[in-house]
Amino acid sequence: TVMAAPMTNDQSWFYALALGVSFLKCLLINAYHSTDFEVHRNWLALTHSLPVSQWYYEATSEWTLDYPPLFAWFEYGLSHIACFFDKEMLVVPNLNYASPATVLFQRLSVIVADVVFFYAVKECCKCLREDKGKDLLGKPSFILTVLLLWNFGLLIVDHIHFQYNGFLFGVLLLSIARHCQNRHFEGAFLFSVLLNLKHIYLYIAPAYGIYLLRCFCFTQSNADGSLQWRSFSVVRLVILGTIVLSTFAVSFGPFIALGQLPQVLSRLFPFKRGLCHAYWAPNIWALYNIADKAFSILARGFLRCLVICALGSFMFGWHVHEKAIMMAILPLSLLAVDSRKDAGIFLMLSVTSHYSLFPLLFTTQELPIKIFLMLLFTIFSLASLKTLFRKGGALLNPLEVTYLLGLIPLELICEFVYPLTVWQKTFPFLPLMLTSVYCALGVTYAFIRLYISLLTCSDTTKKTKMQ
Amino acid sequence: MENWSLISLCVLLGLTARWAVSFHSYSGAGKPPMFGDYEAQRHWQEVTYNLPVHEWYFNTTNNDLNYWGLDYPPLTAYHSLVCAYVAKLLNPEWVELYASRGYESHSHKLFMRATVLFTDILIYIPAVLLYCFYFCDGSSKQKVATAFCILLYPGLILIDYGHFQYNSVSLGLALWGILGLGLGWDLFGSLAFTLALNYKQMELYHSLPFFCYLLGKCIKQGLTWRGFFHLVKISMTVLVTFALCWMPFLSDPKQPLQVLHRLFPVGRGLFEDKVANTWCSLNVLIKIKTLLSRETQLFLSFALTLLFVLPSSLKLLSKPTLWQFKLALVNTSLAFFLFSFQVHEKSILLVALPVCLVFNEIPLIATWFLLTSTFSMLPLLLKDGLLLPYVVTSLAFLFLSLYLLSALERSTEEELRLGLYRKLTQRWLPKLNLSRIIKWKFWFSLAAMAALSFTSVWLKPPAKLPDLFPVLVSVLSFLHFLGFIIYFNQVQLMEPQRKKSQKKTN
Repeated sequence: TVMAAPMTNDQSWFYALALGVSFLKCLLINAYHSTDFEVHRNWLALTHSLPVSQWYYEATSEWTLDYPPLFAWFEYGLSHIACFFDKEMLVVPNLNYASPATVLFQRLSVIVADVVFFYAVKECCKCLREDKGKDLLGKPSFILTVLLLWNFGLLIVDHIHFQYNGFLFGVLLLSIARHCQNRHFEGAFLFSVLLNLKHIYLYIAPAYGIYLLRCFCFTQSNADGSLQWRSFSVVRLVILGTIVLSTFAVSFGPFIALGQLPQVLSRLFPFKRGLCHAYWAPNIWALYNIADKAFSILARGFLRCLVICALGSFMFGWHVHEKAIMMAILPLSLLAVDSRKDAGIFLMLSVTSHYSLFPLLFTTQELPIKIFLMLLFTIFSLASLKTLFRKGGALLNPLEVTYLLGLIPLELICEFVYPLTVWQKTFPFLPLMLTSVYCALGVTYAFIRLYISLLTCSDTTKKTKMQ
Repeated sequence: MENWSLISLCVLLGLTARWAVSFHSYSGAGKPPMFGDYEAQRHWQEVTYNLPVHEWYFNTTNNDLNYWGLDYPPLTAYHSLVCAYVAKLLNPEWVELYASRGYESHSHKLFMRATVLFTDILIYIPAVLLYCFYFCDGSSKQKVATAFCILLYPGLILIDYGHFQYNSVSLGLALWGILGLGLGWDLFGSLAFTLALNYKQMELYHSLPFFCYLLGKCIKQGLTWRGFFHLVKISMTVLVTFALCWMPFLSDPKQPLQVLHRLFPVGRGLFEDKVANTWCSLNVLIKIKTLLSRETQLFLSFALTLLFVLPSSLKLLSKPTLWQFKLALVNTSLAFFLFSFQVHEKSILLVALPVCLVFNEIPLIATWFLLTSTFSMLPLLLKDGLLLPYVVTSLAFLFLSLYLLSALERSTEEELRLGLYRKLTQRWLPKLNLSRIIKWKFWFSLAAMAALSFTSVWLKPPAKLPDLFPVLVSVLSFLHFLGFIIYFNQVQLMEPQRKKSQKKTN
């Protein structure tokens, strides 16, 4: 009889992976959750119980609303479903309320919102060059799907620590996919929506702005790739502008009408924290470089530029959360399945930055989970990318391999050996410092390599996915 | 992708699922004065650490047998002792004599869960991987898929990492035994199985097939000289292992008797609580527990068990191949489960293990059985607060087995081995599409189990019948198991050996 190959249907593997990771997320419902859980519960409560005029003034809880208005509307929508789980969670004074029904609802909301992410990943896969006839495990789209759907960072930040990054990155990836598919209006619209959901994506706004200006508003380029000034399309610029402005208008409109714009902005950009100054610095570097080079920015270049903006702002930005590294890793995954060099950089960056997320889950109970999932993701990315690019030598040079292997003794020391020593009481933050410093080396290295590759990729104008 | 990376990924996923389930509650959590199996295991660590060996199984001032007295064989006691040494290092309060009764804390729970994970990684998981790689047909991807599905069997995960037990040790050792026998290392296999037997006496359910298989092999080798010598070597291995395990208890004749008395409490009655076997189900219609005398009950139980066990064992004796061995394991343990004395619902795991081993050959029926076995333990799982992991792991398992092993596609009549059924229906209903009927029954049964699970959680039973839902679960599972024992007996007794598997057997 025939021993049937497991996956014969063309697309069924995608749904299998999506369903599988959802099951895993469901099992993690009762894991540790951070204060971010209370943050979002508070936002559910205040958007549900209070009128719109009070949203950005409400300060009963220390976790005031500091995301843009569209996210507040998102929470408002969720709160109407929350009614059916536990009405008590929607009462603002119920600080730190975390009944089983509340936990179940909030966790499920993250899991269900990830559907946006699934759709975006599916669209991104369409932008890849397909290799017909490869077995399933070696297909770039399969590898990309696993790297994105089962991304370690998203799993532990979203489904244990608690956040809605999957949903937000879904919007980002969908926007990127639309640009790859030459549906630029939709892409611009989606990015505007994203900015109004979480303003941290302003870090990569310059990359978007320059790309749309250069590649979309200028409808043609010369043969050598330089700008053809006369092909500037005012119509396109106007339409883009309209889309972006109207999105912002819908989002901020009610608050401008109420005269609350300064208050909203003060919540979104707490200047006291010194965010302002260092905020634009890395982006100016990126802007300068792109404006300087008068070559056509390929779709790959756009992604590369995006990653560098994100990484630069991660590295030099003020008051940055370690979770912001996800903004660099997810787009880089798209590059990794396409080119050898990017795959090498991706491996360095992803392993290092995933390890740097370890301190987020500091409880003993979650320790095995983070180690298992980290190993899972690392082994998969190493093995699959190695198989994908098996022709042409190793992806990582010996120095890089040594650095990555060094993470193992680092983990053993920081999490197992150090707590048992005398110094734990006198220098309790030493392990954290060691982790940060060690990871910073890897991240900086990846940043430099990416920068160099951006500067050199212009010389290799091959066939692109773009015009 | 290379094999080793695929295997590591599957193992890591299995471990993640296990540890994630362990976040949830355990048996008897926060329920004084008796608590549950978790407290029993902790108590055994306390007893074995603080008391001398000769007091472990006796009722003394320090050891109250009514409070979770030891009722597993010595290996469990030694295992508890080792755990107790580690516990003492971490926090002596956990095993303080008397004072630690009912001790519950987050770090203690982590410790206990970690001990389960440790033995699982050491014993059960390697056995499963080796089994799939040596004895499964198909490509290496197929083998990894099979291993993955076996590792994700919900019943074992929920009981070991939820309710709290160490079934992975006894089942793992038994699996090593099967591996040994399959590879032709009979002495190693006997050793492993004897250790399993000395860990949990319920492994006796598996002992008859082991005996028949080995005896059959020896007979095939000729009862004079080689075969006989082989039999002697096996017997010696078994006896020596038993002696070594029971050594501390052999000094005084009272000791082994008391241990046996604890292991086989004949005074406890035909069944306890709700379990999906014949007696409990029959009791719904006819109150046999009160109608028949103790002796009659014993006799009836013995007779029916023997009736169902004999054909399978005799067939194995005459044809000692691995395929027959696996089926005999299924049939014998299922017969014991259905008709034996004092059966607990967790004993279905003893049947589930051999069914996992036929996963690759009959994926649909195996999946069906394994899901039913998990469902049959639903009342226990609900009592332990394990609803969420139950739902998630069952759904994940169903989906994975159907998808990865193509269970629904590999369900022609020949693949489902419906030989006898076909012969019976040939005469009167020749056009019957048995394969489609089986699939319909499969989906219908799953729907019924899902519906009953839902009602058990959401609806309140009527006041006159407070046990309505557990009873319904038991009866429904019982009817399924009855169907399965007939099916598996049919497969074992009727079908001739498949040529392909002949190569793998010895």
